[in-house]
Amino acid sequence: MEATLSLVVGCLFAVALYLILSKHIIRMLLGVVLLSNAVNILIFTAGRVASVAPPLVPEGAGAPLSAVANPLPQALILTAIVISFSFFAFLLVLAYRAYQDLGTDDTDRMRVAEPENDGLPPLGY
Amino acid sequence: MLKAEAMVHGAFSPADFLVIAPVAVCFLFGAVLLMARKRVEWHPFVAIPGFALVLGIDVALLLKVAADGPQTMMMGNWRPPFGIAFTVDMLGALFAATAGFVALCAAIYATFSMSRTERRYGFFPFLFLMMGGVSGAFLTGDIFNLYVWFEVLLIGSFGLLILGSEHEQLDGATKYSFLNLVATTLFLITTGYLYGLFGTLNMADIAQKAGRFENDGALLTIALLYLVAFGMKAAAFPLNFWLPASYHTPRFVVSALFAGLLTKVGVYALIRVLLMLFPPQHADLATLISWVAILTMLAGALGALAQSDLRRLLNYFVIAGIGTIFAGLAVTDPGSGAAPAVVAGAAQAAGTITAATGDAAAAAPLLAQHPGAMVVALSGAVFYALHSIVVMTALYLAGGTAARLSGSSSLFAMGGLWRQRPGLAALMLVFLLSVSGLPPFSGFWPKVILVRGAFQAGLPLLGAVILLTGFLMTVASARVFAFAFWRNPPERGAGTDGASFPPQKEPVPLLSMLPLLMLAVFVVIAGILPQWLVGLTDVAARGVVDPAAYVGSVFGGGS
Amino acid sequence: MRTVIFRFTAPYLTALMVLFSIFVLLRGHNDPGGGFIGGLIAASALAIYGIACGVGPVRRALYFHPMAISAAGLVAAVVAGIFSVFAGTGFMTGLWVFPTLFGTEVALSTPMLFDIGVYLVVVGGISSIALALEERESD
Repeated sequence: MEATLSLVVGCLFAVALYLILSKHIIRMLLGVVLLSNAVNILIFTAGRVASVAPPLVPEGAGAPLSAVANPLPQALILTAIVISFSFFAFLLVLAYRAYQDLGTDDTDRMRVAEPENDGLPPLGY
Repeated sequence: MLKAEAMVHGAFSPADFLVIAPVAVCFLFGAVLLMARKRVEWHPFVAIPGFALVLGIDVALLLKVAADGPQTMMMGNWRPPFGIAFTVDMLGALFAATAGFVALCAAIYATFSMSRTERRYGFFPFLFLMMGGVSGAFLTGDIFNLYVWFEVLLIGSFGLLILGSEHEQLDGATKYSFLNLVATTLFLITTGYLYGLFGTLNMADIAQKAGRFENDGALLTIALLYLVAFGMKAAAFPLNFWLPASYHTPRFVVSALFAGLLTKVGVYALIRVLLMLFPPQHADLATLISWVAILTMLAGALGALAQSDLRRLLNYFVIAGIGTIFAGLAVTDPGSGAAPAVVAGAAQAAGTITAATGDAAAAAPLLAQHPGAMVVALSGAVFYALHSIVVMTALYLAGGTAARLSGSSSLFAMGGLWRQRPGLAALMLVFLLSVSGLPPFSGFWPKVILVRGAFQAGLPLLGAVILLTGFLMTVASARVFAFAFWRNPPERGAGTDGASFPPQKEPVPLLSMLPLLMLAVFVVIAGILPQWLVGLTDVAARGVVDPAAYVGSVFGGGS
Repeated sequence: MRTVIFRFTAPYLTALMVLFSIFVLLRGHNDPGGGFIGGLIAASALAIYGIACGVGPVRRALYFHPMAISAAGLVAAVVAGIFSVFAGTGFMTGLWVFPTLFGTEVALSTPMLFDIGVYLVVVGGISSIALALEERESD
């Protein structure tokens, strides 16, 4: 199971990297989303996948009676999902605004902050 | 495995909550200001006391750590390896206190320099949110929690970066956001691997267990990935291009805080994770780090020389400073590649700290005796990082004031500020000398320590590049001062880029000089009386090299 | 998008979804659910209302600005932690009280307060982004 999931993570990383290498913001955005999903599966796999009982403590007992699944990766993934979701929402708005205001989503042509023909600094006093 | 006793027992006194207080106070103030978003004119009157309170808490925490050693509080009373730990040692406390100081100065500056409409977009709430994230990153003892604080401060910084939504800002923010998001995702990926290997995320627990995995390729991979992720956050050489693309676009105050704080959070995380948790891997990567440091310093210094715009020149100063800090991280103790014995962590009573090399060393000022080269260099790096936080913030604020006075931040268009505002010019001169590393200001001593550490560790090239960078930055600083302040104002229209926009001069109230003065006081005191600061950074460096006290604070039963 | 059927059903759908989101929020301590997922349901309810009837009515219906709602949630979450200062236990420790209201024992706790805080943060944050996007579409 872990081997299969590792393969899935690897494929997702490859696709995400390919998308992030693009010049266009919208593809980069999709790449980042894929990357964060790949990370979630990675953490899930790192927590070891096994079919055991859910991590619930029965009433009256102080600890689980038998072997239970590891609840921590799920907590980590939930946190990561929340964060990546909010970042995706923010980046979507930002990319949209940038596209509207700058008229392009090609990062090569977004040179407002760093003008291309920036001359030399003053060389003599 | 899982015992019923997963909870810590024992009462806490209110003083124990100092560990968590900076974060909680920041969020509380930020949220209240956000709720009162219509009453912008009240914001400074709430925000400045708020930041003063945060600074007070940070200083109290620093004093407590200096007196009693590292402090720990477990969230929700869960027992150490299970719950999230907030652990503060001298390193975290020093960074947090400096961050609080800088934030207070920036808040005062913003009060007097920002127009009402600029504040309407929510400057102060986002500032509190970002400071909450920064404080959390400095104070947490859990590596996943560190990731969460990185994201929190990133969200806050996004908000600050696009304040005003000008074209230039959207351009800069796009690059900044994507690069930083990829960096934190890389951080998360590595943390996933780390969790798979160790089964724990508590830094003290990892420090204890890392010794068992000696010479493991997986650990080296993790260490290298962390180096890439934090190097990207810190804008180290091959990954530094997002910084000059974005840091000059937001408001002056925002740039100042970003330049001062955000890259240093990356540096702090690198020190905490790479040097404290993986000392053998750090020793393996030391050569790589020293080349990164050399190239970062040169890229920063040469980049600064090539700029004609004051703000973009300052961007490269930030990068050069990062390179200098990295130089301190590149030094290892020759022959001590093996991890110091931290397994017997609980045996170390909190407060007594021994040097990594095994010499019994009380927390005495540096230069008095001969601790390991790594401790010397790390102490210098921490000192330089603190100096850099203060002086970069100060430079951006002073540069912003100068640009407002002359209506442009281009070196072609500025001039005559020495006659117009001699006080500002004098302060700017102090900051420029300090950032170049000239005595008697705060940049001098850490550079002395770093150069000394580099030569002591047998890295003469590194030491030479630190000195060369200092020289190049002096040239760039001299150019700034000569053009923007010393010469007579250029005639209108004579500048090459004066044709596109007429300079709009803005009045600058005298009170906005107060934060500059506060920052200058720190720069001068740290330059003239460095002993107290060196004593503290020395303790911080020893605590990183031998984290026994840190581990003892977490597992020694609560606080 | 503004067909008659959609505009007619949207308010009912929104009301139902908000109600369901509160149900999901409150059952979250022991069962699947909780503040984040509840908040998402509520935010999507508001987004549907916005698509159907326009952004203006949503803002009027919310009364408070979404960011202010978010901030209130943040305050609630921090306050949930601060209770532990008075109890003298570690920050964010779960504290419970069981008052009896109208003959029923009601379990009130700081985790619940924290969850409500998360709910409000999510509702405020996501709906402000959603409304911002919808607003621009209709321009």
